[in-house]
Formats: sequence, structure tokens, C-alpha cells
Amino acid sequence: MTLDHPVALAPADRAVQLLGGDLTEKALRLHLDGLSGVDAVGLEQRAAGLSTRSIKTSSKAWALDTIIRTCDLTSLEGADTPGTIRSLVAKAVTPDATDPETPRVAAVCVYGDMVPYAVEALGSLHAAGGESGIQVAAVATAFPSGRASLAIKLADTREAVAAGADEIDMVIDRGAFLAGSFAVVFDQIVAVKEACRRTDGTYAHLKVILETGELQTYDNVKRASWLAILAGADFIKTSTGKVSPAATLPVTLLMLEVIRDWHRLTGEKIGMKPAGGIRASKDAVRYLVTVAETVGEEWLTPQLWRFGASSLLNDVLLQRQKLRTGHYSGPDYVTVN
Amino acid sequence: MSRLTVPKTYKLYVGGKFPRSESGRTYEVATPKGAFLANAAQASRKDARDAVVAARSAVGGWAGATGYNRGQVLYRIAELLEGRRAQFVDEIVQSEGVSATAAGAQVDAAIDVWVWYAGWADKYAQVAGNANPVAGPYFNISVPEPTGVVAIIAPQQATGASLLGLAAVVAPAILTGNTVVVVAHERAPLSAISLGEVLATSDVPGGVVNILTGSPAEIAPWLAAHADVNALDLAGAGDLEWVDLQIAAAETLTRVLQPEPGIPSPSLDRIGAFIEIKTVWHTKAMR
Repeated sequence: MTLDHPVALAPADRAVQLLGGDLTEKALRLHLDGLSGVDAVGLEQRAAGLSTRSIKTSSKAWALDTIIRTCDLTSLEGADTPGTIRSLVAKAVTPDATDPETPRVAAVCVYGDMVPYAVEALGSLHAAGGESGIQVAAVATAFPSGRASLAIKLADTREAVAAGADEIDMVIDRGAFLAGSFAVVFDQIVAVKEACRRTDGTYAHLKVILETGELQTYDNVKRASWLAILAGADFIKTSTGKVSPAATLPVTLLMLEVIRDWHRLTGEKIGMKPAGGIRASKDAVRYLVTVAETVGEEWLTPQLWRFGASSLLNDVLLQRQKLRTGHYSGPDYVTVN
Repeated sequence: MSRLTVPKTYKLYVGGKFPRSESGRTYEVATPKGAFLANAAQASRKDARDAVVAARSAVGGWAGATGYNRGQVLYRIAELLEGRRAQFVDEIVQSEGVSATAAGAQVDAAIDVWVWYAGWADKYAQVAGNANPVAGPYFNISVPEPTGVVAIIAPQQATGASLLGLAAVVAPAILTGNTVVVVAHERAPLSAISLGEVLATSDVPGGVVNILTGSPAEIAPWLAAHADVNALDLAGAGDLEWVDLQIAAAETLTRVLQPEPGIPSPSLDRIGAFIEIKTVWHTKAMR
């Protein structure tokens, strides 16, 4: 997968450019603490306002297809087996067997040790970072808690990359972040980004999960978003899906605003991935509206926008079937996953 | 000092809750002579869709309950109806324009229908099921199983149907473990929603019975064509283009029970209309 900008920036380069050559913890802290506070009431009102748009007919059809094309079809269960991963991949390749026009999803998202099975099942459809096909994303760094030593997190990441993962979804150390040790979190992201380097010198895409449900305040979400971007994140992602609340519209809006600010500042486009808790097409369409209104429609590509979801896809397929056939469909007409 | 009356808002009954119509529409319910009675929610196709989702999610629990348990719940509905007899008589007198005696007779008949079907809940499998004779060392057993989600157009006769008609079509469908989405009597929907209040307080799990008020002509085509509806009871659809409904239902292999004149009387045939017979074999012994 290629971004519009060259991915030439080595880890932490962004921070060096923004904060100056002597990248110290103090400089980082001054920057993050110096961010303006978030108007929580205004943010939630704006998100609620964006939820009221009515998206119908051809716009709806486009939105549904966009949701599928930008979906990271996810299975992160302790009970995952090679067989369930193969059926996940089959669903990613052919979401709806009754309609060959259905687009494919952007990626499958699995645990690191399941990457080989996903790669094998995809075969020639494995995008491997290219423009067409399906990417393999792996969660790493002691997902979902992130409670492990740095060495283990890095080994976790390297193994997934070596097994063929094109994208790494890492979790930040929320404990360190909440304790105020921004530098620890920063250094870990930089180190994980470095661990994403393949033998040929290219990097696996890095998505940084903030786990906003554990960050307590919008101000923290804003700081963590800046921190992740400065440390070299290609994507920032709301949640693991294992903590409630997971992705919410206000949090996604706030993170998109940080992405917009970063784009205005540097011209660089950072991706966004809300994950967890988005189950209905109606909700997903609201996210699309929010993206279009905050950072612009050019973000609505798999390169810059993803939904992390497992059950959302089936609901979207039911809606597509309704649009196509004119009558309501039911769960008997989509595959289980 | 005089006081203002506080009229009741009649809403839908979907998934154990009483939502307004998603569309925000209401329609006026009037007496046969044209006097205003109440505003009732006018359900849209999306309310029907939501009701089917609620009904589908309730199938597992309700079909999984024992027949004995379902019988107890149905009997409990009859008990609660008896306790609110005066309210139902009042509503029927107003909305159908009949005498209090006739209304009382209808409520009694409705209660008796619930009791009659309640008794069958733990006995029906014995009648419809069978241990089939086979020439081999195994059992071959047929058992009735619920069809799933049943969409019903309740009887629409001018008199005698607003409560009894609903009971006569809902009770036989749910007693075997089906869940229902029923479109109530269009002109006299008040006792249907009051029945919803009875169901909500009588151990019937939310979603097992979902009651929509509004135009059957508007809602029925969506229910008939809905792929997640397993059976369609057209009891009160005699005045609609019901052949078209049957054709739409056939697209997704939905079972259809055709309209019938009058209010269906309690019968085993109605129970049998919404079951599937599952036949299994099992070895007689392990050696």
C-alpha cells in the first residue's frame, strides 16, 4: 500500500522536524501539554449534528460499497483456528456470493500467529502492500492490553512482519500514557515502527491503537493522537474492540480533526481507523459523513480510512441486498463469520 | 374544580417495548359513528423491518423453552386479560360500537382462546409427532418444530374481531415456539395495543409478539416479501390483493396461510400451519 506522500520518513522524523533536532522529553511534553483543550460539549454536538444527515438511494449505495471497500474484516478471538481464518479470508474475498459485483474488503485483521494462515488462504489475492488485492493486518505488541516488556512487543511485531503481515496494529502503553510518561509511549511507537521494517528496507504499515475507552478524557485522546502521529504512525486507530466504550463518533471526529490539523501543518495525510462497536450500516454511514465533512472525501479510500469490524459487514450486505432486490433480506442470506 | 382527562397514547409494541412509529406518523381512531377516540401510531415498512428483527432475535429463547413453560405463559396471558376485563370491554364498546354485553362476550371468548391453546402447548408434540416404525435396529422419530418468524394480518371484521381476532391468530402461532409480527385491526387497534400491555407484563419474552398498528395494505407487502419472515398468515387479508402477497412470499419460500372468512375458531389445523416436522433416527442401543 502506498500513500500519496513518499513514506521516506524514518521513525520519529516527524517529531524532529516539528520539535527541533534535540528531541527531548521536555520538548515533547511542552508540545503535548500546550495543545488547546477540547470543547467536549461542542465536539459531541458536532458529532450529533453530523449523525442527522439522511443518506439515500444512490448515495447510500455508494456509501455501502465504500464501507465494504474500507473494511478491515476482523477476527481476534482466543478461539481462532486456521479453519476460522480461512473462512474469514473466504468472506473477505467474496463477501456476498449472491452478487459478484460486491467489492472486496481492504484487509483481514488477525492475531500475529494467524498471519501465515491468512497469507496462505489469500494466495495470489494477497496485496502484500500493493494497490489491488487484500492486505493482511496483524495486531501486535501484546494486544489488547499492551502489558509486556518492549522486547516482547518488538519480537511480536517482527514475527508478524516476517510472516507476511502488511499492516501492524499496535497498542500504546496506556498505563505509561496515563502516568504521564509520554516519552516511554513515544519511544515504544518509534521502536515498533522500526520493527516494522522488512528485510528489503520497506516498512509494514503501522496503525497505532490509542484505546480511547481507557484514556478518560478527550484532551488525552487529542494528546495521544498527536503523540502517535509524531512518533511515526501511518494510521491512528481508536480501539482494540476489547474495551467498552470502543469507537464513538465524537472520539473519531476528534482524531480526524487532529489528522486535519496535521495535514494543514505538513501536507501529510495520516489514516484513521475506528474499530469496535460499529455494527449497523447506519452508524457506519455516519462515520463516512464525518470523514467527508472533517478531512474531506479524498480520505474515503482504503489507503486512508478503515473500519475495524467483524459483524458490520453482514449488516452492510443485508442493506445491499435490500437495495438490489427491493425487499428486506435476513441473516439466512449472508454467511456466518 | 373540573379536571382534564388524560388520554392514553397508543403506540406500537415491538421487542417488548412501546415505540412510536419510526416515521412519526399517527392516524385517528374513531368510533363507528365518527367521533374521535385516540391517535394510534401508523407503522411504516421500517417499523415492520424492526419488528421482524425483534421477532427473529426472540426465536431462539422462545422455541428453546419447554412446551410446558410456554403453556404456563399463555395461561398467564389469559389470567391477566381476565384481570383487565373492564378496560377491554370499554375499548371494544367504544371502537366497535357494540353493546357492553357483546363486548364482554368477545373478551370472554378471547380469554377462552388463550386458555384453549395454552392447554395444547405441552401436548401438541404428542399429537403431531410420532415414533415411526422402521425395519432396522434404530428409532425413527418425528417431532414438530416451530417454523420461525410468522407475519400475521389480523382479522379486520367491523365487529367482534378487535381483540378476539388477534388472540385467534396469535395464540396458535406462538404456542409451538414461533414468534410473530402481527398487523392489528386497522380501524379498531386500541385493544390490540392494550393486549400488548398485557403481554409485556405476563412473562412473554420481549419480541415474541410484536404488534403493529396502521394500514395492512401498506405493511403487508413488505412483510410478505421479507426474506427473514418464515410464514405468512393472511387471516385478515381477504380485502387486500392477497394473491400478490402470496406470490411475493413464494420468492423466499415463505409458508402462507390463505385468508378465511370470519374469525378463525380454535383448531389444531392453525397450530399445524406453522410447524415443520423434523425426523431423526437414533440407534436403539450402544453395544
